[in-house]
Amino acid sequence: MKTTVRSLKEKTKTINTTGSLAVIDALLSEKADTIFGYPGGAIMPIYDALYDFKDKLNHILVRHEQGAIHAAQGYARVSGKTGVVFATSGPGATNLVTGLADAMIDSTPLVCITGQVFAHLLGTDAFQETDIINITTPITKWNYQVTDAKEIPEAIAKAFFIAKSGRPGPVLIDITKNAQLQLFDYIGYRPCIHVRSYRAKPNVRIAYIEKAAVIINQAKKPFVIFGQGVLLGNAEKEFQAFIEKAGLPAAWTIMGMSAIPTDHPLGVGMLGMHGNYGPNYLTNECDVLIAVGMRFDDRVTGRLDKYAKQSQIIHMDIDPAEIDKNIQTTVPVWGDCKETLPLLTHLLDKKIHREWFNEFEIKREKETTVVIQKELHPTEGGLTMGEVINILNELTGGDAVIVTDVGQHQMVTCRYAKQNKTRSNITSGGLGTMGYALPAAIGAKFGAPERQVIAIMGDGGAQMNIQELGTIMQFQPNVKILILNNSFLGMVRQWQELFHEKRYSFTDIQSPNFVQVAKGYKIDGRQVSKREDLRESLKQMLDHPSAFLLEVAVIHEDNVFPMVMQGKGVAEIILSKEEI
Amino acid sequence: MKQEYTLTIYTENQVGLINKIAIMFSRRKISLESLNTSPSEIEKIYRFTIVVKETETVVKNLVRQIEKIVDVFKVYCNTNDEIIWQQMALYKVPTAIIMKEVKVERLLREYGAKAVVIQEDYTVFEATGQDEEVNNLLQELDKFGLIEFVRSSRIAIIKSSEGIHKKVLDMEKNDPTKQPINNEFLNHKSVIFEM
Repeated sequence: MKTTVRSLKEKTKTINTTGSLAVIDALLSEKADTIFGYPGGAIMPIYDALYDFKDKLNHILVRHEQGAIHAAQGYARVSGKTGVVFATSGPGATNLVTGLADAMIDSTPLVCITGQVFAHLLGTDAFQETDIINITTPITKWNYQVTDAKEIPEAIAKAFFIAKSGRPGPVLIDITKNAQLQLFDYIGYRPCIHVRSYRAKPNVRIAYIEKAAVIINQAKKPFVIFGQGVLLGNAEKEFQAFIEKAGLPAAWTIMGMSAIPTDHPLGVGMLGMHGNYGPNYLTNECDVLIAVGMRFDDRVTGRLDKYAKQSQIIHMDIDPAEIDKNIQTTVPVWGDCKETLPLLTHLLDKKIHREWFNEFEIKREKETTVVIQKELHPTEGGLTMGEVINILNELTGGDAVIVTDVGQHQMVTCRYAKQNKTRSNITSGGLGTMGYALPAAIGAKFGAPERQVIAIMGDGGAQMNIQELGTIMQFQPNVKILILNNSFLGMVRQWQELFHEKRYSFTDIQSPNFVQVAKGYKIDGRQVSKREDLRESLKQMLDHPSAFLLEVAVIHEDNVFPMVMQGKGVAEIILSKEEI
Repeated sequence: MKQEYTLTIYTENQVGLINKIAIMFSRRKISLESLNTSPSEIEKIYRFTIVVKETETVVKNLVRQIEKIVDVFKVYCNTNDEIIWQQMALYKVPTAIIMKEVKVERLLREYGAKAVVIQEDYTVFEATGQDEEVNNLLQELDKFGLIEFVRSSRIAIIKSSEGIHKKVLDMEKNDPTKQPINNEFLNHKSVIFEM
């Protein structure tokens, strides 16, 4: 156990080392710098090895394993690196499940290392034994159980490779305690660059790119919709060049937000159930729909048989399984958009679709009149979520990382937040995991320490992983916590109001005094409910030298509009409840 | 329209892979008509043959999702006219009855069945064929006091395929770590962590 990794590397010949030390060496070789984790019986040997590397590996002790994995997600999403998680067997491992499912559906690269009972105890219902491999099979990109230390270097190398390559995703490596303790001949770490049965990305087929270019060049009303693929492929510049050359109006999914600045002249807003009016409505009027790195989620498409039926569809995606999954494409452009976009851009004619773009402007004006104006600039009544975000935009200038939870505040924030920089929007998109924001913001701050990180959450979500205030207390990440408190589980309440005759079944959630709770964790905070105090309190939060919790009391029964109701087509989007 | 599709899946030989494949079906509430798994002609590569009754759209999606599993090499999907397929069945009947019945002998000739075991009290016949043949013989033998019956899952050869050999070699060609050597890798011992 005294052997250091440095000395290991100096010698080329094999060296007797423990499985645990091989785990640490693998992480160092992969240039991991931060681990989010929680120790326990079955992972103690690895934690023991970690003890000697505290200066190289920053271990963040969370308060719940779910917090660890969401923090790793925030870290990965903001930095583009692979998040690393440690958890013990049994309950430690099962507490990762929600985060794994979230990372799987949102394609976040993670390597989770769980301890497991001794190999000879597997299947005996041993203390804290759980079959985590079978539990996590549908929610991991790959998982593997290691029972022999000799497998550790290869398994972790493969894990990092699979997690990050192609369409990213979470990987879980379950290591039995005997393997962690086992001494073996270690020949050093070799990164994995190839797995023979795994193709990270499909080959680019030039014929399809040429075909797509012809269609786009002929289009009168082309429309680009893009998702997280642009961010994951680090293809922001390529994407911007693509839309700018051909003058293509572009709308983002919630996961694609911030790939281009939100005020980009060709950016026409957000898609989806609570997205902007224009992009939703005009999806059914364009003649060519170009989908880039997005997967036609049902929250984006609404009713499928009423989705863009008039249009030719070009789908660019790295994952062949996404092509034709929900929407039949005219031209599939398989491949990494970092490679395919420049090839396509090269073949496009320079154009400006002024008239077509104007249609988005007209729709924008209508949305502004009916919805946006009173949401962002109310003059009377209670505080709206929109005006909070609006003032926040003015104060941050759009440079902050915005981490949202799930619900009304999430939709409002993503609709109105100004974001200038890439990887600024961290949210649980596909899974809709309440309790995501606080731990993800902690992780985001460690992933991008130079950036202002603001966690925005509702009063429901705030209570779902509130224990992570303890992590902030101990490790002092300077995260800003903004709770938009409407004393309801707002989104569910909105649906109850609109579709269940206002039968508010268990959505009237009570909250503790959040400021007092924060104070208990030695975190400063403030509560605000008056319009005249709002700007100054937000400024206080942002300027505070350390973490700060600001609770804003907003209107109790406010609704998020526009809305594409369940079972309706995107063009049936409504701007107010009177239209239902 | 739902119809029978035979999926041929080539995979690494890894613990738990059957589960990884099975959950692809159960997640969509699709039941398997038949499942066979066995080593393929290549050492350490396994071949699954799965029969499902589904629509083309669903099966297409499924195939792509299964191919995404890291340890899966390749999935082929074929309708019945694109494959040569067989299943085997075993029939246990009382020896006393078949000794008396001349008909049985004729039946067995007709169905190409043969006796595997002849004991004093029972005889086991084996027949190979497609659903119809196996079922018809089952009905016939039922009349002669059938004691027990079992059928195997379907195995199928794809008429048009070039086999997996070439495909795996192609995959190996993409391996940037080494020059592909004809067939030699197939005997490599540590396949699971082949990098």
